[in-house]
Amino acid sequence: MSITSKGPRRDASRGGAPTPQTTESQTGASLPVFVNKTPNRARWNDAKKKGEPFAFLAPVIVLIGVLMVLPIGIVIGYSLFDNVITNKNPELVGVDNYIEVLTNPTFIAATGNTLVFTGASVVAHLVLGLAFAMLLNTNLLGRFSKAIFRTIFVLPWLFTVAIIAVLWRLLLNPSGVVNFLLSGVGLADQGTEWLSSPELALATVTFINIWAGYPFFMISLLAGLQGIPGELYEAATVDGASWWQRFISVTIPQLRPIIISMLLLDLIWTSQQFALIWLTTGGGPINVTEMLSTFTYKLAFSRYEFALASTSAVIILALSGILAFFYVRHQRARD
Amino acid sequence: MRRGAVRFVGMGMAAATLVALAGCSGGGSGDEAGGDVTLEFAQWWEPELPDGALRGLMDQFEEENPGIKVELLSGPYASTKEQLFAGAAAGTMSDVVGLDGAWVNDFSQQGAIADLTKLMADYDYDDSQLASQIQVDGSTYMIPVVNFVYPLFTNDDLLSEAGVAAPPTDRSEFASAAKAITDSTDAAGWALPLSLESPSVIQNNVMSWVWSSGGSMLDDGKPDVDNADVADLVDYIQGLYDDGVVAPGAFTMKEQDMVEEFTNGRVGMMVDSLAHINLIRETNPDLNFSISAIPAVDGYTGERGIPYASWGIGVAESSEHQEEAFKLVEFLMSEDVNAELSTVANAFPGNKNSTPDFEGKDELFSKAFEIYQAGYPANEFTGLPVAEELMRQFDEQFQALLEGNQSTEEMLSKVQDSWSAEF
Repeated sequence: MSITSKGPRRDASRGGAPTPQTTESQTGASLPVFVNKTPNRARWNDAKKKGEPFAFLAPVIVLIGVLMVLPIGIVIGYSLFDNVITNKNPELVGVDNYIEVLTNPTFIAATGNTLVFTGASVVAHLVLGLAFAMLLNTNLLGRFSKAIFRTIFVLPWLFTVAIIAVLWRLLLNPSGVVNFLLSGVGLADQGTEWLSSPELALATVTFINIWAGYPFFMISLLAGLQGIPGELYEAATVDGASWWQRFISVTIPQLRPIIISMLLLDLIWTSQQFALIWLTTGGGPINVTEMLSTFTYKLAFSRYEFALASTSAVIILALSGILAFFYVRHQRARD
Repeated sequence: MRRGAVRFVGMGMAAATLVALAGCSGGGSGDEAGGDVTLEFAQWWEPELPDGALRGLMDQFEEENPGIKVELLSGPYASTKEQLFAGAAAGTMSDVVGLDGAWVNDFSQQGAIADLTKLMADYDYDDSQLASQIQVDGSTYMIPVVNFVYPLFTNDDLLSEAGVAAPPTDRSEFASAAKAITDSTDAAGWALPLSLESPSVIQNNVMSWVWSSGGSMLDDGKPDVDNADVADLVDYIQGLYDDGVVAPGAFTMKEQDMVEEFTNGRVGMMVDSLAHINLIRETNPDLNFSISAIPAVDGYTGERGIPYASWGIGVAESSEHQEEAFKLVEFLMSEDVNAELSTVANAFPGNKNSTPDFEGKDELFSKAFEIYQAGYPANEFTGLPVAEELMRQFDEQFQALLEGNQSTEEMLSKVQDSWSAEF
């Protein structure tokens, strides 16, 4: 009812000069209200009220601005100059850098390698992650056994990239354990150069990345599997569905939202993998394991071509942005 | 309540702004109360020296130069490199900086490091005592403080098992010894780490063979990598590779892998830094090995170039205390201090008149010093633009050659073109 009385009273207590007037209530009765006589103060109050949400948002806006918008803007700006950082007076060259990078044979090779590396890794992460998650979700094992297997399966996820790289470099050394074991059963030669052979290197680093990344899928899918109501499987069994039919018609549809989210995130992460490649092969031999990330790093820190490196980074950002767009759209569709 | 929250947010933002602004300011040196000057000295040396060794020298410098303090900014090599490049771009480079010869050209072109020729003239410094200076366009930008030489390491037990009486002195002897080790023992003859992650192998393990025979990869400071000396060497190494005497995994092998292979007796010979002698002794005290000069072409009798890597020093162009910074350079290059630093670093001095103290040291150090004094320090990559990239370009084409994808002529022609483009 007399909803307007509180504000003016507060102003009055601060020295304003509210004057009682009348207005019509919803019932038509005349009620006394106070209207502030000083329009500046009213405007100030109004602005303060409107500005309050922005004040609350300000820390986040400042952080996003400083940590994301500004650096991204600077890198995009750098990509339009002939060279920056090492050049005191850079000149604007427009899209020349983009043409140079996109027509660079190494960039094209790196794009192809990144596609193979990412595609194979993501598919294998999903298949292995789902397989291990289903094994761990079985009722045939006791809790203790499940805990042991869960610990073993999740181990690769606990290692840092540097440890993974050192570990596999040692294991895959031509005179290392892997060759010793495989040659013992006649599956490989004693001196097989897993990381140094141009024929094997890309497949080998992809394998290492698969080994390092599948537990993330496994844990997420296991959580999803545990959330599928048992009634759905019971109903399917009653309807005479085989194991495969239950998997295709119950398990997969129930896991679909998680699978799609994980696939998109993994695509983004794997396409940006740098440390593993750098520490195992450095992009070699020749350029068979050169990725977009290592290509960009070399432009910046080996050739000191920071403008070209920025250009390459912007191209990667755009490609990741496309994947991020689909991810966000998928998340919104879910909500 | 809400007003309090807004006020709190406002205060938080103000504090954050102050912190951000504080972070943006500064860099380089500072003046303390009382007129003292504090020099920043960024380098990767301290972690590689015995605990307190570099700080001890800085304390001595501070004692001898009242009013000047030195703050050591130490980190691993790679971090120091990135920090210096960031500092050079932002104009906040430390007053005195540890330099690698491979960075000098880029920093000097950028105007980030000071012209030491001018500083030496300004402060009447006698540069005749310096063993070498790294110059760009005739001006010195870096002074090598200590040098780490790269001799040939040989596993004497493997050599003897293979029927080789003494370490090889020329290329034919080396090829025979490598073949004999590979054929007669379980080890490989030679380790050639060609990892593209750290392509300095091209400087230390490939071009060093050209310099040891008095050859060059440059002509008047410009690329001349397709000359006969380099072509001969490339053919020679390809011959060794095709003979199967190079340890497997060469294309992704790093320097530390090579040292490990040698230490464990899986490789008979390697070209490596003298700095690794202690590491090898500690890891495998029973290993019987020796060092010698890198083999030269058959019949070569001239002076041999010995590849080296340096801990170099320079002064930031943006330093407000160049006079004090140069005093620190002068101190580190003085006869006694330079001898002391080279002794603790297991390196050779940058001052001609300094002699490291070999007492209590591995006898191989004095042998190496003889090799060093008999030849001349050679490293043509120092002072070149984007030196690491030049090595990487060579490395990549070299791998393609060894893989059989191209001929020596094609390889060197491609390298010559790509190197010329960088100049």
